[in-house]
Amino acid sequence: MSGAGTSMLEIRDLHARTAEREILRGIDLVVRPGEVHAVMGPNASGKSTLAHVLAGKPSYQVTRGEVRFEGSDLLALSPEERACRGVFLAFQYPVEIPGVSNLYFLKAALNAVRTHRGEPELDAVEFLTLAREKMKLVHMDEELMNRAVNEGFSGGEKKRNEILQMAILDPKLAVLDETDSGLDIDALKIVAEGVNALRHPARSMVVITHYQRLLEYVVPDMVHVLAGGRIVRSGGKQLAHELEEKGYGWVEQEAQTATR
Amino acid sequence: MTPTAYEQHWSSAFERLEEQRSGEPAWLHAARKGAMVRFVELGFPSRQLEDWRYTNVAPIAKTPFRSAAAPERAPSLPDPEHLPVPLGHDRRLVFVNGRPSPELSSLAGLEPRARVESLARVLTADPGRIEAYLGRLAAPEEQAFVALNTAFLADGALVHLPRDATLDEPIYLAFLSHPGAEASATHPRVLVVAEPGSRASVVEVYVSLAEGVHFTNAVTEIFVGENAQLEHVKLQCEDDAAFHVGTIQARQERASRFVSYSLSFGAALTRTDVNVLLAAEGAECVLNGLYVGTGNQHVDHHTRIDHARPQGTSRELYKGILDGSARGVFNGRIVVRPDAQKTDARQKNDNLLLAPGADVNTKPVLEIHADDVKCSHGSTVGHLDEDALFYLRSRGLPERQARGLLTRGFATGVTREIADPLLRAAVERLVVKRLAATPAGGRTA
Repeated sequence: MSGAGTSMLEIRDLHARTAEREILRGIDLVVRPGEVHAVMGPNASGKSTLAHVLAGKPSYQVTRGEVRFEGSDLLALSPEERACRGVFLAFQYPVEIPGVSNLYFLKAALNAVRTHRGEPELDAVEFLTLAREKMKLVHMDEELMNRAVNEGFSGGEKKRNEILQMAILDPKLAVLDETDSGLDIDALKIVAEGVNALRHPARSMVVITHYQRLLEYVVPDMVHVLAGGRIVRSGGKQLAHELEEKGYGWVEQEAQTATR
Repeated sequence: MTPTAYEQHWSSAFERLEEQRSGEPAWLHAARKGAMVRFVELGFPSRQLEDWRYTNVAPIAKTPFRSAAAPERAPSLPDPEHLPVPLGHDRRLVFVNGRPSPELSSLAGLEPRARVESLARVLTADPGRIEAYLGRLAAPEEQAFVALNTAFLADGALVHLPRDATLDEPIYLAFLSHPGAEASATHPRVLVVAEPGSRASVVEVYVSLAEGVHFTNAVTEIFVGENAQLEHVKLQCEDDAAFHVGTIQARQERASRFVSYSLSFGAALTRTDVNVLLAAEGAECVLNGLYVGTGNQHVDHHTRIDHARPQGTSRELYKGILDGSARGVFNGRIVVRPDAQKTDARQKNDNLLLAPGADVNTKPVLEIHADDVKCSHGSTVGHLDEDALFYLRSRGLPERQARGLLTRGFATGVTREIADPLLRAAVERLVVKRLAATPAGGRTA
């Protein structure tokens, strides 16, 4: 598929719902290798749903449309297959896993991905060396590695742990779901630095955020506005500033006028 | 009550034994005889009894068990791969079909003042040494299986820790069963006497060396002296066709600390009672339990913590993991007597159901007769957290592995405090192994 070679992610007319209601109502989005796309939007516009559908959360049902990742059908894959092929979701609310150490979890995850890639598993020493190097990226305390996954972590520590996982798993497509939420300015800077360090011509990112704040540090190539389950406006990074000034009411109104 | 054929079977077996047994101390003979009479009176417990409401022992009652015979050949330990627990420790007393096996035992490097030996040997050579302890905690009057064990009491282990002795490595008491063609029974008895100020860990392990129907009816009596600290672990991983009933009776003196683990993995039907009496001021008791049931296993725990004197502390955490059509039962009773002011008792029972056919009955009971106390209890029954499962899968872990990791994480709440790292690791492996063996353990995506 030579034509697909140019896009990392291609979303066409994506509709998705929970058992209760339809949330995504026709998303179109194309992300090329190396690009960073911001998806902004008011609460309940479908931002987190989009992130979870891309990662394969079973509680969402795709009712129409398609998603291609490097040209192949992403929606046909299980969450773990998506991860192994290079899709990564940084969770807005990272889950606590009692009784499983962070270090053990990360090693198991990396080795699952490496096995899928046909690479040999890393032993404990090799993994620790790699983890220590990546921990510096997000100023992660080694003590947190021996604790249970996210258990008793502060909000900032949880978000840094997400970026650390991303650094270790080395995905091709990273979806960051409101990674800035709940962070003070210092924590935000650390997380943003970590994200920027992982920008790479072969890696694409979809940065989902409510506020423009994060985009001052992680400067996107494109900004999309999601409202009512559709992308209602796309533009360059200046669109984020416009939204900051005028609020979401402006695009929502415009979108409604357009549909009439 | 007229004895049924089921009780009569044991009564006849007792009579045959009477002809062979000679030379036992008169007090023991009287106790055994009395226990046999009492067993026939009590009969096998029926489900009409509150304590046996959820556990049907008819499969045990109906089976004409014979006394387990000595294995034909001197047994050798199977390869460690087949043994779920680290028996490789230097300090182990091993029994096969109820008989001590000197070949498989080793007590090298044991603190010289400590006694770890076969009960039968003590009863022959120096019975006076244990007369004040043996049978003083276990109550044949009320408990049919204790009565049965007492009636057939022949051997088992004595662990006697002298005053202020500290044993840095655990003592293993391994009860191995090698069932033959006929269903066989053993009635192991363990007596642990921790003199004041002593510290040790005693690990009882029950393992089957081959497949087959056998019945283990164990009783353990534990005396924890003033200021003594004792860890007692009971690990049951017998064959899936086995029946296991065990009763642990402990008594704690002033400012003593008793930590108990009941870890139950094997047997078709298993029932374990753990009863602790905090008989003096300032005693501290920790009861931990982990039960894993798969297939059609039935696993029942009844615990009773009796706060008799002031300023006692008890902490209890039992966790259950049930898969397939397995059924769990937990009944935890905490009694605070009028005298036991300033008691601080907490109890929790958490259950994880991995399959729609799995089930659990959990019943925590507080019985408080003092007013200045802190007591809490609670129980939960739940499934694996779907959000946690998705989180792990989104990082590349296959669903089966993710389920295993979460399940093991659930068990860690109990296993992480086990003092011996070898044993802790073995138990954690056992959790994974038991659950991996059943297809229901990992629902396919």
